[in-house]
Amino acid sequence: MGSVVLTNVCKNFQKTAVITDINLEIDNGEFVVFVGPSGCGKSTLLRLIAGLEDVTSGSIAINGRDVTGTPPAQRGLAMVFQSYALYPHMSVRNNIAFPLKMSGMDNAAIEQKVRAAADSLNLTDYLDRRPGQLSGGQRQRVAIGRAIVRQPTAFLFDEPLSNLDAALRVAMRLEISQLHRRLAATTIYVTHDQVEAMTLADKIVVLNAGRIEQIGAPLTLYNRPANRFVAGFIGSPTMNIINGDYAAKHHAAAVGIRAEHLRLSATEGAWSGTVDVAEHLGSDTYLYVNIDGVGRLTARGDGAVNMAPGDTVHLTPEADKLHRFDPHGVAL
Amino acid sequence: MTASTTLSRKAINSVIAWAIAMLLFFPIFWIVLSGFKTEAEAVASPPSLLLFEWTLENYREVQQRSDYFRHFYNSVIISLGSTALGLLIAIPAAWAMAFAPGKRTKHVLLWMLSTKMLPPVGVLIPIYLIFRDLNLLDTRIGLVMVLMLINLPIIVWMLYTYFKDIPVDILEAARMDGASLKSELLYVLAPMSMPGIVATLLLNVILAWNEAFWTLNLSTADAAPLTVFIAGYSSPEGLFYAKLSAASTLAIAPIVILGWFSQKQLVRGMTFGAVK
Repeated sequence: MGSVVLTNVCKNFQKTAVITDINLEIDNGEFVVFVGPSGCGKSTLLRLIAGLEDVTSGSIAINGRDVTGTPPAQRGLAMVFQSYALYPHMSVRNNIAFPLKMSGMDNAAIEQKVRAAADSLNLTDYLDRRPGQLSGGQRQRVAIGRAIVRQPTAFLFDEPLSNLDAALRVAMRLEISQLHRRLAATTIYVTHDQVEAMTLADKIVVLNAGRIEQIGAPLTLYNRPANRFVAGFIGSPTMNIINGDYAAKHHAAAVGIRAEHLRLSATEGAWSGTVDVAEHLGSDTYLYVNIDGVGRLTARGDGAVNMAPGDTVHLTPEADKLHRFDPHGVAL
Repeated sequence: MTASTTLSRKAINSVIAWAIAMLLFFPIFWIVLSGFKTEAEAVASPPSLLLFEWTLENYREVQQRSDYFRHFYNSVIISLGSTALGLLIAIPAAWAMAFAPGKRTKHVLLWMLSTKMLPPVGVLIPIYLIFRDLNLLDTRIGLVMVLMLINLPIIVWMLYTYFKDIPVDILEAARMDGASLKSELLYVLAPMSMPGIVATLLLNVILAWNEAFWTLNLSTADAAPLTVFIAGYSSPEGLFYAKLSAASTLAIAPIVILGWFSQKQLVRGMTFGAVK
């Protein structure tokens, strides 16, 4: 198993800088998630590690060995693509066996390993089918099977669940999590879905415009975001940001408060406003409240909160849960 | 639109389609027919369509006068050889242009195609002299080389179009799985683009089989394919329409049969990627 170290990695496409001076250490066995909005460079960064793109400058080391100029085939990594990228003309068996065949393993050993991988992913009944005859979830499992079969130094996942429907996504998320616990292999996972990031990661790397905004454990990022970008990106619904007088009172350019840290009351509170939209999710209720002089805030109540658009509601922020930001958006 | 207008429109379309098909097919039909006529009947005016004395005499004479099977053998070697060699060069070339394009890839492609716009006779003299100096005149290897070169732009273009439709992810997956460039081409790209490769192969065999300008100018006896065999019957001593027709029928029969049996594959290959 392996560690991955990026040192001053930059990537330009023609004259556009896509990745700017990334330094990152990923420890052996760690599950690291790259998260960020579309176009932030997270997939490019993964492809640089895979060797599918060449770095413009900087270096990449895997297990202490500099692999900056090494072709992907020789980096000892396995990758699961967003599109699954299965070989459509091969059976499931041959898809999973392909990396082993490429490494020159003998047929008996290949068959044994393919069976083991198929067993662990519930694919045994489908070994003779073509990818075109499988459902999305099964294809995803074949792609994972192909990745795990040759015990790579690290796994790379490029938005592997984004083509699946919501229910399947949750199931596959659990499977990936269990798989990681079982194999204890270094895993780098790219997603734009912050729920996947929060649930899977040992360590999240938040990227924005080709730079790292913050690296940390999921709850660290949630509780102590380094700046307004991370505060806004991590957590659902998005953190409420309040500017103006209220922020100035707290000696900040802006303050942030999460929806669950606003106390709801029908009778009294620091602010009073009008419910614009009420989302009843059963377990929770989200209220989108317009408040004069403050703006629109999102507040979370329990499932029993019975409010409708147009109702008046009072909100009180929990003082010790406020996040303060300077004019540049950096947390104070 | 009512059912009857739809039906009449369909009928009109069918009639037009059949008329065009018959128009295209007629010369071939006429050649085959003339091959079974006597020389006198072949040039008779007005011509008789089916009510004539059918004879196989022309075929017997054609085979006696010029060895059909030797020409046939040469045609097979030249068309298959030039196609195989062309594919061997074009597959890596098209791979590079489709999956690792440079800034000027499009220009290179257009430039390659532009060589097809050049009248071949413009380069006949230099190529003839080169062939003479290299002792390639009237050799099968010489014709294989020249036909491969003149059809290479088409092969590269066709393959490039097919390869462009293959998701690059799959080739990248092969690279991640440890495949060398050779394995990637052999085990992933080639099987996936097989319909396209087969269509290209068939089309190129047909083009090479029918190619007359270079084969007529660069071969006389030993390497002469069927084009030379046909040309032998349009001689200055007088035209022998019936024998010429019999020779032509013999020359085109193999490729028409090949085309007929492979039409499904050809159509599939030609429309590869057009519908997903």
